[in-house]
Amino acid sequence: MSVFCDVPLSAPVAVFQLTQDFNNDPFPTKVNLGVGAYRTDDGQPWVLPVVKKVEKVIVHDNRLNHEYLPILGLPEFRAASSRLVLGDKSPAIMESRVGAVQCLGGTGALKIGAEFLRRYYNGNNNTKTPVYVSAPTWENHNAVFASAGFEDVRSYRYWDAAKRGLDMSGFLGDLESCPERSIFVLHACAHNPTGIDPTQEQWRQIARVMMRRQLFAFFDSAYQGFASGNLERDAWAVRHFVSAGFEVFCAQSFSKNFGLYNERVGNLTVVARDADSLRRLMSQMEKIARVTWSNPPSQGARVVALTLNSPQLFDEWKDNVKTMADRVLLMRAQLKAKLHALRTPGTWDHITQQIGMFSFTGLNPKQVEYLEKEKHVYLMASGRINMCGLTTKNIDYVAASIHEAVTVVQ
Amino acid sequence: MALLKSNKVIHCLGNISPCLGVLSTRSSSWWGGVQMGPPDPILGVTEAFKRDTNPKKMNLGVGAYRDDQGKPFVLSCVRKAEALIASKQMEKEYLPIGGLGEFNKACAELALGDNNDVLKSGRSITVQTISGTGSLRVGANFLSRFHAGPRDVYLPKPSWGNHTPIFRDAGMQLKAYRYYDPSTCGFDFKGAFEDISKIPEQSVILLHACAHNPTGVDPRPEQWKEISDIVKKRNLLVFFDMAYQGFASGDINRDAWAVRHFIEQGHNIVLSQSFAKNMGLYGERVGGFTVVCNDAEEAKRVESQIKILIRPIYSNPPINGARIATTILNTPDLRSLWLEEVHGMANRIIKMREQLVAGLKKEGSSHNWQHVIDQIGMFCFTGLKPEQVERLINEFSVYMTKDGRISMAGVTSGNVGYLAHAIHEVTK
Repeated sequence: MSVFCDVPLSAPVAVFQLTQDFNNDPFPTKVNLGVGAYRTDDGQPWVLPVVKKVEKVIVHDNRLNHEYLPILGLPEFRAASSRLVLGDKSPAIMESRVGAVQCLGGTGALKIGAEFLRRYYNGNNNTKTPVYVSAPTWENHNAVFASAGFEDVRSYRYWDAAKRGLDMSGFLGDLESCPERSIFVLHACAHNPTGIDPTQEQWRQIARVMMRRQLFAFFDSAYQGFASGNLERDAWAVRHFVSAGFEVFCAQSFSKNFGLYNERVGNLTVVARDADSLRRLMSQMEKIARVTWSNPPSQGARVVALTLNSPQLFDEWKDNVKTMADRVLLMRAQLKAKLHALRTPGTWDHITQQIGMFSFTGLNPKQVEYLEKEKHVYLMASGRINMCGLTTKNIDYVAASIHEAVTVVQ
Repeated sequence: MALLKSNKVIHCLGNISPCLGVLSTRSSSWWGGVQMGPPDPILGVTEAFKRDTNPKKMNLGVGAYRDDQGKPFVLSCVRKAEALIASKQMEKEYLPIGGLGEFNKACAELALGDNNDVLKSGRSITVQTISGTGSLRVGANFLSRFHAGPRDVYLPKPSWGNHTPIFRDAGMQLKAYRYYDPSTCGFDFKGAFEDISKIPEQSVILLHACAHNPTGVDPRPEQWKEISDIVKKRNLLVFFDMAYQGFASGDINRDAWAVRHFIEQGHNIVLSQSFAKNMGLYGERVGGFTVVCNDAEEAKRVESQIKILIRPIYSNPPINGARIATTILNTPDLRSLWLEEVHGMANRIIKMREQLVAGLKKEGSSHNWQHVIDQIGMFCFTGLKPEQVERLINEFSVYMTKDGRISMAGVTSGNVGYLAHAIHEVTK
C-alpha cells in the first residue's frame, strides 16, 4: 500500500495550461495572448542584444568559476539592483540602511520577504497578520503568502470593472478599514493583470493613509523600465514611499526587463529605519535563504551585474528595454485604433490608458471561451491579454476576432 | 510592549499634524525585536582563515573541491559544454515548473541506471531543483503536506548541519539514529541497526547514499543489505540524500549502489541529487528530486502536487546549470570526459588521504589513523578533540570545524606534510 495512494491530482497552473493548449492547437493563424513574456513583431522570444554580448564575455572569461555565491547572493548584483530601484543617490542607501537578498526571480524575492515577515513582523510568527493583495492580482501572490504561513490573505479593491480603471475610493476605503499593521502587496508599476497604475498623486494619497494606519508596504516590481520605457518613472512609487519614511520590502524581477526569464534573477531590496535594524534583519534573511536554496544561481546575476555596473552596457540595456516598451505601446495604440475603426461595441480607451505588458480587456469568460474555441485566440479567462502576443501581422485578425466575440457573445 | 505604546502616541500626533507624525514614526522601526542571527559555524571558519596572515595557513573547512594547487576547479567537460551551449544561442523562456525535461530524465537515469525497470515503467517522477538544498526542501515540504505517517524524520547522528533546519522549517520533527562510532571513527552498525529496529512504522528515515557528510563513514554493501531489510520490516519511508555520486569512489555506479539496491528490494524511495560537487556546478544550483511511486498514475498525481509546492517558492528553476549537466550527460564524448574528471577528483582525494596517513607515520605518530583512509568522499572525521582543533587553528593556522571534520579537498601534495606535522604535534 503506497504512502502516496491518497495524493489527489491537482489542477494545473492556468497560465501554463493555456500555453500548452495553444501549443497543441493545429490552427494556422492561432494567437497566444496568454503567458507574460515579451515577443518580437515576428512573434519570437527576444534575447536582448546586450545580454548576448555579456554572456559571451562571461563564457570566455577564464577567471570566472562556478563556486558557490554567498548565501545572500552576488554582492555587485545586489547593490546595483537596489540602486536601480531606489536611485543612485538614494539617501537610504547613503545612510547604510538598505540591504538586499539575491533571489530566484521575483517569485523568490516575494517568498523570502514573506517568510521573513511571517517570522518577525508584527510580533513573532504572527500568522494572523492580514496580507492584502489587489483584486485582481498576479495569481501566485496568494499562494506565496499562504505558503509562507499567513492564514489571512485578503484582497483590497483595485479594479473597477464598470469604468475599466482604478477603484481609488474602494482602495482607500480598504486602507482605512483594514486592521492596523496589515501588509499590503503593491505593484510598483504596470499592474498585473490590469495594467492600471495609480497616478503619482494617487500614490501620495495611498502613502499618507498607509503611514497613518501603520500599514506595511511590500512592493512587487517586475516591470521596471518595461512599463513606461523610463527606469526612474517606473520606480517613482517605491522611491516616494522610501522618502516618505517607510520601511519597505521591494521584490524585483529581472525576468522581463532583461529577458532573463529562465535564469531566475531577482532581488529583494530591504529598506530599514537604521543600519542596526538592517544588520539584524539581514542575518535572519540569511537563515531563511539557507533552508530554502542555500545560495542563489550565479549566471543570471552575473549578466545583470556586469550590465548595470558598466556605463556603456547600461546605456545599451536601457535602449533594449525601450525597444520592448515602445513596441508594446505601438500595439496598444493600433489595437485601440482598429477596434474603433470596426466600431466594436464598448469603450476601448483603457487599452491605451493601461500600461505595461498586460491589458484587462473587460471581455467576460464566455467571450474569452469563444475567442479560444472559435477563433483560436488564447487569453486568460479573466480577459487579460499579453500585448506582446500582438504583432503587426496578427493584429487585424485579433481585432476582428474581438469584435466578433463581443457582438456574438454577451 | 514599549513599541506598541509609542505607536499609540505617534498615532495621536499624526492626527494633530501629519508632518510631525511622519517625523516621529521615522524614529521607530518595525524590526526592533529582531535578534541577530547566530553566525554560521562553517562560514566563521573561512572568515577567520581569511584574516590569518600565516603563509602556511590551510582552510580545511570549505566543502568545495580544490585542485592540487588549492584552486577551484572548473571541469573541462563543463567548459566544453558551455561553449557548445553558447554557440547555439538558445532562448531564455521560462522552464516548466518541474524544470528541463531532458535534464530530469538524464538525472534519474544517472541515479537509477539507464535500464532501470522503475524508469521504464514510468512509475517515478523527477523534478529539477535548486541543487541539493532545494531538492531536500521540496521533498520536506512534500512529505509535510502529503505523508500520512508520523511527522518524524530520522537523521544519522551526525548529519549535514543544514538537514535539521530544512526539515524543521518544513514542519517535520527531527530524531536520530546512531551512526558514527567515535571509538573507532567508523560506522556503528550495531547501534544503527538497533535504533532503526525501534523506529515507529511509516516514519521517514534519511540515508546518505555515499560519502556521508560530515563523517566520510559509509556502510559496506553487506551492511546496506541488512539496513534495507530492517527498514523494510519497519515499513519506513526512505529519503536518500545523494550529493556525491561519482565523487566518493570515483565510480558513478558504485556510488549509486545503495540507492539501486533499495529500489530493487522494493522500497519506493524519495531521492535528492546534487551536481554541485560531481560536476563542480556549485553556484549554478543543479539538482533533482525523485519520488518512486507505485505506478505511473500515482506518479502523475504526485508530480502535480510537487509543482503546486514549487510554484510559490520560485515558480520554475534556473536553466543554465541544468543545460550544462544535460549536455554533458547526453553527449557521449563529454560524458566520458566527465567520468574521467570525476574519477580524477575522487582519486586526488584518496591519494591525499594516503599521503596524510603516511605523513603521520613518518612524524612518528603512534595513533591509529586507518580511519582517514577508510573514510570516503570529501570529508574526514579525524577524531580530534575540540582542544586539539583549537591548537591547530591558533598555533598552526590549520582551520577546520570544532567537530574535527576536515575537508580533504583543502589538502594538497604541497601542504599535506605540514598538516601531518601539525596534527602530530597536537596529538602526540
